[in-house]
Amino acid sequence: MYQYDEHDQRLLDQRVAQFRDQMRRHLAGELSADEFRPLRLQNGLYIQRHAPMFRISVPYGHLASRQLRKLAHLARGYDRGYAHFTTRTNVQFNWPKLEDVPEMLAELASVQMHANQTSGNCIRNITADPFAGVAADEVADPRPFAEILRQWATYNPEFAFLPRKFKIAFNSAAEDRVVLRVYDIGLDLVRNADGELGFRVLVGGGLGRTPILGEEIKPFLPWQHLISYCEAILRVYNRWGRRDNLWKARIKILVKALGPEAFAREVEEEWASSKDGPNTITAAELARVSAHFAPPAYEALPTHDAAFDALLADNKAFATWVKRNVRAHRQPGYAAVILSLKKTGTAPGDVTAEQMDLIADLADRFSFGEARMLHEQNVALADVRRADLFALWQAARAAGLATPNIGLLTDIICCPGGDFCSLANARSIPIADAIQRRFDDLDYQHDIGEIDLNISGCMNSCGHHHVGHIGILGVDKNDQEWYQVSIGGTQGNGTTLGKVIGPSFALDEVVGVIEKLLETYVELRFEDERFIDTVQRVGTEPFKARVYADRQPQRKAAHV
Amino acid sequence: MSDKIIKNGRVVADNRLTVSLAEGEAPTDIAVPAGPVLVPLAVWQARRDELLARARSGEVGVWLAAGEDVAALAEDLGLLQFVGLHFPKFTDGRSYSAATLLRTRYGYRGELRAIGQVLRDQFNYMTRCGFDALQPQAERYTDEQLEAAIASIDDFTQPYQRSVKDPLPLFRRVERGNGHEVQP
Repeated sequence: MYQYDEHDQRLLDQRVAQFRDQMRRHLAGELSADEFRPLRLQNGLYIQRHAPMFRISVPYGHLASRQLRKLAHLARGYDRGYAHFTTRTNVQFNWPKLEDVPEMLAELASVQMHANQTSGNCIRNITADPFAGVAADEVADPRPFAEILRQWATYNPEFAFLPRKFKIAFNSAAEDRVVLRVYDIGLDLVRNADGELGFRVLVGGGLGRTPILGEEIKPFLPWQHLISYCEAILRVYNRWGRRDNLWKARIKILVKALGPEAFAREVEEEWASSKDGPNTITAAELARVSAHFAPPAYEALPTHDAAFDALLADNKAFATWVKRNVRAHRQPGYAAVILSLKKTGTAPGDVTAEQMDLIADLADRFSFGEARMLHEQNVALADVRRADLFALWQAARAAGLATPNIGLLTDIICCPGGDFCSLANARSIPIADAIQRRFDDLDYQHDIGEIDLNISGCMNSCGHHHVGHIGILGVDKNDQEWYQVSIGGTQGNGTTLGKVIGPSFALDEVVGVIEKLLETYVELRFEDERFIDTVQRVGTEPFKARVYADRQPQRKAAHV
Repeated sequence: MSDKIIKNGRVVADNRLTVSLAEGEAPTDIAVPAGPVLVPLAVWQARRDELLARARSGEVGVWLAAGEDVAALAEDLGLLQFVGLHFPKFTDGRSYSAATLLRTRYGYRGELRAIGQVLRDQFNYMTRCGFDALQPQAERYTDEQLEAAIASIDDFTQPYQRSVKDPLPLFRRVERGNGHEVQP
């Protein structure tokens, strides 16, 4: 993975010093709460319901074992012994002390970590395919480009006070594993007819109150122009994006207002004067950064392994885990493993200090010292010898990290919700917990098959409810928590937004609603049809009819 | 009005007055006082001929509101020696792009002054985008605080990006190494 040179380290150290001084002036009364707010947000520090929340960036999801150990150390020393992994490959602490944050930043900087621009109206953490470098369907490794763009975005003087937050993601494979169309800029790594590498550029995607899918504005941008073209997009947005209304300030609103074609023309016009200038990426710079992502020292291993096959045949629990939690690898004899952070009884994405230390140990023992965060709030070890899978499984299982539920009903994507977040309208963790408890039976889950269930505690949509096969959104009605349910959303290549099935539900009704949706699916499904396939084939009506069949008309009306 | 600003990294006395239009006031009606001033774009456009000589001498400069297109000044940048860009709130970042465009695309070489809600924590970004004059609101900092605030200009000494101040991105500016493991 990328290792800092003296320049990266000096910049990060200067950032820590800058924020330390800002915190000092704030505590001394020289920097008002309003003046301090955007500064602390751009250093990941929120003021939350119970305590400050501190959000640490994990660029494109890559974590070295020493970084995981540092996170575990922070969890013990500054928090309550655990952390939360988010849908944007960030790590959140929910209980730090405000005045401790500069010291936490200094500790992070010692392992090349930071909280740069993890909040605020600036360019946020850039995400990429979690299986970069190992996926068989990869066009090219996106990480060198993600790192080059990270550097361009970090402490960028022109784009620190945009109309609204700005998120960029890279897809690099036939299968979209980053939900590219929900990003402000989606960069799809492709090769043109001549075999040259470049990007299909999408803009204007985003979830939130007005979910919109990104539109293509450039079918092929040669890689050398990545920075200059992104700069042109950002400059058009920074100058002309709306600033009068928080809810209409994302770039998606500007793109929609102008239309993608007209927006693309604005960008081309802006780009014309900077194209081929100093921001053109040199082959030398790409080579320098790419060297950091060279494949690890794989062993030459046979494609088949009789001992492994025997273990699979003998141990049903292991075989189930392999089926659900292990992914193919392009290197013969290797596999990518997903450790589940979705054990029933634990808030989705929560991970204890002990577990982080263990993941670090497992990464050192089995995966060249690296782990990767997935936007589904799980952790992958991307380079595991197949012969080591059994030992890895045993160790992970003992730590509660081997629930064989990846892609299944209890692998819920869930934001921290009203238990922690001051933006939330409703709690989301109790909903996830109730669903996990009700459907904990693994045989039932395997029968239901692949299903994405996503929960957000408010319209900010951190739980990506719009793109869940089943999406649950917390809403506030007369100071009470209600939950709106949608179905039919999908992530991946055919990303679509789910449709709300009708009036919302009280907290204690939600599990029953999910049960009815699943019953309807089981009755209507064809063989080998996933929940989402059935919804797409028969539409939402049969599901609605079942869910609302026994509701009193007047009660329905009351909830509209 | 006499006050202090930061110019080219030093605190200096300054008596340039920023003239604003009151609500409903027409650009043609407003009195442009004698002495150094920055007038709103609308006043400049309405009374260019009348103000031309004072602009050439450096007495009259023009300031742009955050939403105003810098292209409107393109023809006049050869004669103007003072241009101000306004920050209605320090979180309104439009003037960073305006400054960048003035200095690069339009080649403006005169004083470029940040006015409005100008705070020391943005000095580094402002100077990198081409502002050479920083004018915090008169009541915001004491003389001592303003002197201390100069340090913020150098918050980042060797940034990643190309900007007005650093015409080359880091990867073209310096020889970069291949990184090193930092042990915790």
